Amino acid sequence: MSTIKTRSKESNGVVTVKALIKHPMETGQRKDKKTGDLIPAHYIQEVHSKANGKDVITIYWGPAVSKNPYLTFKYKGNKGDNLEISWVDNQGNRDSKTSTVK
Amino acid sequence: MFKQLLLIAFLIPSISAVASPERDYDEFVSYFENRFPDTPFEDYKNGVYSIDKSAREQWEAMEEFPPYELNVDRGEELFNRPFKNGNTYGSCFENDGIGIRQNYPYFDTEKNKVVTLEGALNDCRVKNGEKPLSYFKGKELAHVSAYMAYTSRGNKFNIQIPNTKEALDAYEDGRRLYFTKKGQLNFSCADCHVYQTGTKLRADIPSPAIGHPTHFPVYRSGMGRLVTLHERFAGCLNRIRAKSFKGGSDELNNLEFFTTFMSNGLEVNGPGSRK
Amino acid sequence: MNRRNFIKNSMLFAGSLVAIPSLIVSKKAYAAWPKKSFDIKDLTESVSSVYGHSNLEESSKVKLKAPEIAENGAIVPINVSTTLDNVESIMIFVENNPQPLSSGYKLTSLSEPSIGTRLKMGKTSNVMAAVKSGDKVYTSTQEVKVTIGGCGG
Repeated sequence: MSTIKTRSKESNGVVTVKALIKHPMETGQRKDKKTGDLIPAHYIQEVHSKANGKDVITIYWGPAVSKNPYLTFKYKGNKGDNLEISWVDNQGNRDSKTSTVK
Repeated sequence: MFKQLLLIAFLIPSISAVASPERDYDEFVSYFENRFPDTPFEDYKNGVYSIDKSAREQWEAMEEFPPYELNVDRGEELFNRPFKNGNTYGSCFENDGIGIRQNYPYFDTEKNKVVTLEGALNDCRVKNGEKPLSYFKGKELAHVSAYMAYTSRGNKFNIQIPNTKEALDAYEDGRRLYFTKKGQLNFSCADCHVYQTGTKLRADIPSPAIGHPTHFPVYRSGMGRLVTLHERFAGCLNRIRAKSFKGGSDELNNLEFFTTFMSNGLEVNGPGSRK
Repeated sequence: MNRRNFIKNSMLFAGSLVAIPSLIVSKKAYAAWPKKSFDIKDLTESVSSVYGHSNLEESSKVKLKAPEIAENGAIVPINVSTTLDNVESIMIFVENNPQPLSSGYKLTSLSEPSIGTRLKMGKTSNVMAAVKSGDKVYTSTQEVKVTIGGCGG
């Protein structure tokens, strides 16, 4: 199952994109309650979105973004656009999802 | 003030009295009508957000893409995943388990005990040769319960109390637990959620007592996971430094029976998103 | 230092030696992510590292939507939009977080300047939205109070 859930809707030539990504977004500053060891930093650093192959937005995140991060943005587009969202985290994991704008 | 005192007097349980759930319910609802005249009855399903405007705005921002959607998806997967014998959870429930959250908890007149949804899920597992699961830590039970609540949104609770001694005793037991002061802080559930609801408890506003169970399980952002109603009860008891009860215990089952009866007429809107 | 602590500390040291190589690898892989700016602990320095200067102009054309009192510091909803033209980027700084730069949004000619996210805040702090339009950086700042609740359960 994809780590990315998206909703996108067009209105008057502007597409509003909302996405929720399943990710722990560990800051690297928290300690494991049982062992006392620091939990290693594990967070998404970059999110990228394209519509019909064209760049829409590039997002840089630090560890201050909440667990299971949410993002919303808007772009000039149309119903039926092929919208791609992809992310990569500080440990090199990545995922992407393509959906169609409603 | 006098009116409020009078209402409080009504609400203080007298242990010897014969239980009258319907009268309790009417008194409860009218108490909150007086307490929060601007809150429409149906809005109590939203818990504290029915009475706290600023928190409500943030909750609404959360609802734009609620974090629990990931849990609902996972819950659906688990709900449909066959046990070793090939059966699924759905096989144990009417309508294959879809849209039935509002029927729980109910009083089983054969077993003479309250059956909650999580309890029925565990019974289902045992019946199919699987181990029962923990109510705590937001694991499988919480996820399946969240999915089942999600399929039941909009359906109204209408908990019935059979007219038997055992059923009324279970209700009365839950009601007594609700109103009994406990723990080192000497609080009852009612102290915060009936008498002090709407005021500040440190930086928190205790939510009103009606509508408590309607949105469970909840995704708590601070914990980053789902919390079942019984885990929340236990958390509350810990916070008042009282001895807690196990998930699925008769004590918490009966407490759920009482609080859900007090929420009759409200819609299921679980899972909820909470701070 | 007593003996036990000494042993504990040497073990910690050994542990960190093991960890170092993997850190170097992950640093290399993502050159685009502005590591330096995300690591800085001071707001002004953080701003300078992002823009090359710290000349900010408060503007009512930058709309920052954030709660006055956060329900929960773990998840504070923040929205930023602007009526300014030619917006290159939007940045959100949280002054009192361990590292003030929380997130950055690089726009394109297709984007509309309106973004939203949810942030962690360790304590009460000013939150500043910064919008780069042309050569200038316009900002809007609001305090968000983070409180400790009474019934965290």
